[in-house]
Order: sequence, then structure tokens, then C-alpha cells
Amino acid sequence: MAETLFYFFIYPGLLFAGVVGGLLSWFDRKITAQVQFRKGPPLLQPFYDFLKLLLVKETILPARGAKMTFLIAPVLGLFGATISATFILLPLFNINIGFEGDVIVIFYLLTIPSLTYIIGALASGNPLASVGASREIKLIVSYELTFLLLFAAIILKADQSMKMSEIIQMQQAGAPFIGSISGVLLFIVGVFCIQAKLGLVPFDIAEAETELAEGAFIEYSGTVYALVKFTKYIMLFILPALLVGFLMSGFNWEGIGILWSILKLLAVVLLITLIRNTNPRLKIKQAMRFFLIGMNALVIIAIVLIYLGL
Amino acid sequence: MGLKSFCLKKSLWVFHFAGASCNNCDIEILDVLTPRYDAERFGIQLVGSPRHADVILVSGSINQRDKPRLLEVYEQAAKPVFVVAFGACGCTGGIFAEGNTFAGPVDKIIPVDAYIPGCPPKPEAMLSGIVKLTKQI
Repeated sequence: MAETLFYFFIYPGLLFAGVVGGLLSWFDRKITAQVQFRKGPPLLQPFYDFLKLLLVKETILPARGAKMTFLIAPVLGLFGATISATFILLPLFNINIGFEGDVIVIFYLLTIPSLTYIIGALASGNPLASVGASREIKLIVSYELTFLLLFAAIILKADQSMKMSEIIQMQQAGAPFIGSISGVLLFIVGVFCIQAKLGLVPFDIAEAETELAEGAFIEYSGTVYALVKFTKYIMLFILPALLVGFLMSGFNWEGIGILWSILKLLAVVLLITLIRNTNPRLKIKQAMRFFLIGMNALVIIAIVLIYLGL
Repeated sequence: MGLKSFCLKKSLWVFHFAGASCNNCDIEILDVLTPRYDAERFGIQLVGSPRHADVILVSGSINQRDKPRLLEVYEQAAKPVFVVAFGACGCTGGIFAEGNTFAGPVDKIIPVDAYIPGCPPKPEAMLSGIVKLTKQI
């Protein structure tokens, strides 16, 4: 029991994923600064932001909103992120506990944070937040099918194995999935799905800073906003880690493998950051078309290629 | 110096309230965020919602119509929040000080923690103003 709690709350769950995610968030901001020829924030900046929100700032409740729902939504989002972090990271770190959680469970758990953003935004009673929430719903509708097809393709590629650990072992025994044509297509789709799930720039339609003023999060302040930030840090770590596990043969914690593991993770985050820095924001219509037509077609081509053994 | 004030000092999120400004101050504020001055290396970010703000930066003269809005923004911000009066109009009223619709400089309406005078203040002046503000915390 104590061991399970340790897995969920300390390593590799809540605390570890949050800290690594915070460091990755610094990496993201630093790369952004470098792209714009700036110096960028100090290493611990994400933790300063988090601690300031958590400890110093006042939490304001909306007068005309549903207060309890508004407060509980970020907590639920953090739970969802923590549980999915645990189920993604346990196989990646080679730790075996009884229930591993197959990839379908991971797929559903990864949806929880986005859903709670929507619930929290709608509970706040702010018109801008509800516009943000409706855009987030449309975005979920568009990318979730692609994301599910991506999972299906991975399962197909791994000889119908639904366990994360088996998918990783299969790649470590043979070649990583990304070494094939279908693997490259799936990687492209995966990167764009992560981009949309994290709400980064081409798909930051829901929080559109210039027009909606943070959209779904506009009413959050203080401690609850700190929880939202922490959830985002965790998601920034586990989604690239999931892609590394699915396509790039996971992590290897022996000798030189440690360096490669970290480099793989950083490479995926770097790619995401560069996409976010070189693209303007899409309209929700364009984003939906992008996923429903373009990305879905790409996954289906990949699935056909997997059937042909490519 | 406690952990709380240290973290607050290291991550000041700025909400920009533009009164009846001639927009020159607004442009100088954007200058501070450009690569040359790069306010993000001190953890300073512009945010879109007063709920997230640690600093409310008020530029331009405040007239009768702006006054209730400024008060509302100040009340909406999560405390502790600092107010910085930016530019000659924000600090004193500048050339509008004796105008018909002028509703008093910023410090007559809400408590002000730092003044950055100038018409418009240089980006260096704004950075030094923020540094002085962090010394107060």
C-alpha cells in the first residue's frame, strides 16, 4: 500500500513528473528565447511561478459561478495527470507493479485534464472562459479521433499487444518503430496531437492570449491556478515521454543509455517548441480540418502500411 | 527574506492598463519585452487577465470614463498586487492635468507603489523602476 502511494505521489508520479515537467517547461521557454535572440528566464523560473501562485497569491472565487465545481475541476485535472503520469512512466522506468494499465486506459486518462479545463471554465461564469471552453471542446472532438487511431496503429504495429511495457520491450529487442515509413508518419501525427493536447501555439485556440485573455483559465488565480500550472508541467513531460515510449524504444537506464534517453525526450520537446515558435495560431475551423482530414488520412495511410509490413 | 517574497520577486506578471494614453508609453512597454531588453530574464511576463497579475502597469492619463474601469481592474486583481504609474500622464496627469475630463492622477484613485516618470520613459527607466519595486517587496 505504502509502495503504491509512493509510486503515485513521489516517484514517478506527482512530484517527480511535476519537477521534470517544470524543468522541461524552462527548456521550452529558454529555446523560445533563443529563437527570438533573447536570453530567456533562469532555470528555476517555472518553480518560482508555481510557488508564487501557490503560496503568495489570493484565490478569488467567481461571484456568479458554481464555486465548488470551479475549485474542484483543477484538482481533478491534477489527479488525471498524475494517474496517467504513473501509468506512462512506470513501464518507461522498468518498474513492475501488479496492474500496469494498458494503452487504452492511458488514452482515457490523458483526456481528463482537458475535460476538467472545460468544466472549470464553464463553472467560472465568465463569457470569455466559456468561449475558450467551447473552442477546447471542438479541439478535443477533432484531435481525439486522430489520437485514438494513433494508439490503434501502435497496437497493430506491436502485434496486437496492448501493454506499454510489451510495446517498449518489443522495440528494445528489435528496431524502434520510428525506423519504418509508417513509424515516421505516426511520429508526425503524434507530435501534432501532443501540440494540440498541450494547447501550444498552432492550436492554442482555447486560451488565445490576445483575443480571449487566457480563455479557459481567465478566472483562475492563486492556489487553483498553481494546480493548473502544475498539471500543465506534468503533461509537458508525459506526452513526449509517451511518444518516446511508443515510437523511439522508450528509455534505457544503463550506462550511456541514460544520455540517449534524456536526449530523445529533449529532442521531442525541442521539436514541439520549434513548431510552436514558427507557426501562427490557426482558427478553430482550420484546426478541425487539419486533424479531421489531414492527420486522420496520414494515420490511415500508416495503418495500411503496417498491414503491408512497412 | 522569506521564500514567499523571494518567489514573488522572481516572477512578476504584469497586467497593462492603458488609460487615455497617446500610445507612446504602450509602445515603450512593448519595447521592454523585445530581444534587446528582454524582461523575461527577470521572470516578468505580460498577462492578459487581471486575475493573474502581480503588477498593474497604468499608462496614460485617467479620465472620468477610465476611473471606474481602473477601480474595477484593481479590485479584480488577486492580492498582493502592486501598481506602477507609468509615464508623465500616469504619475501626475502631464499636459492633461488641468483638463475638463481629467479624474486625477493614478495615486488619487488607487494606491501606487512605484512611479516611472518620462514622456515616454525609456525602457531602461522601466527596468530600473521594476528593480526598485522588487527592492520594496
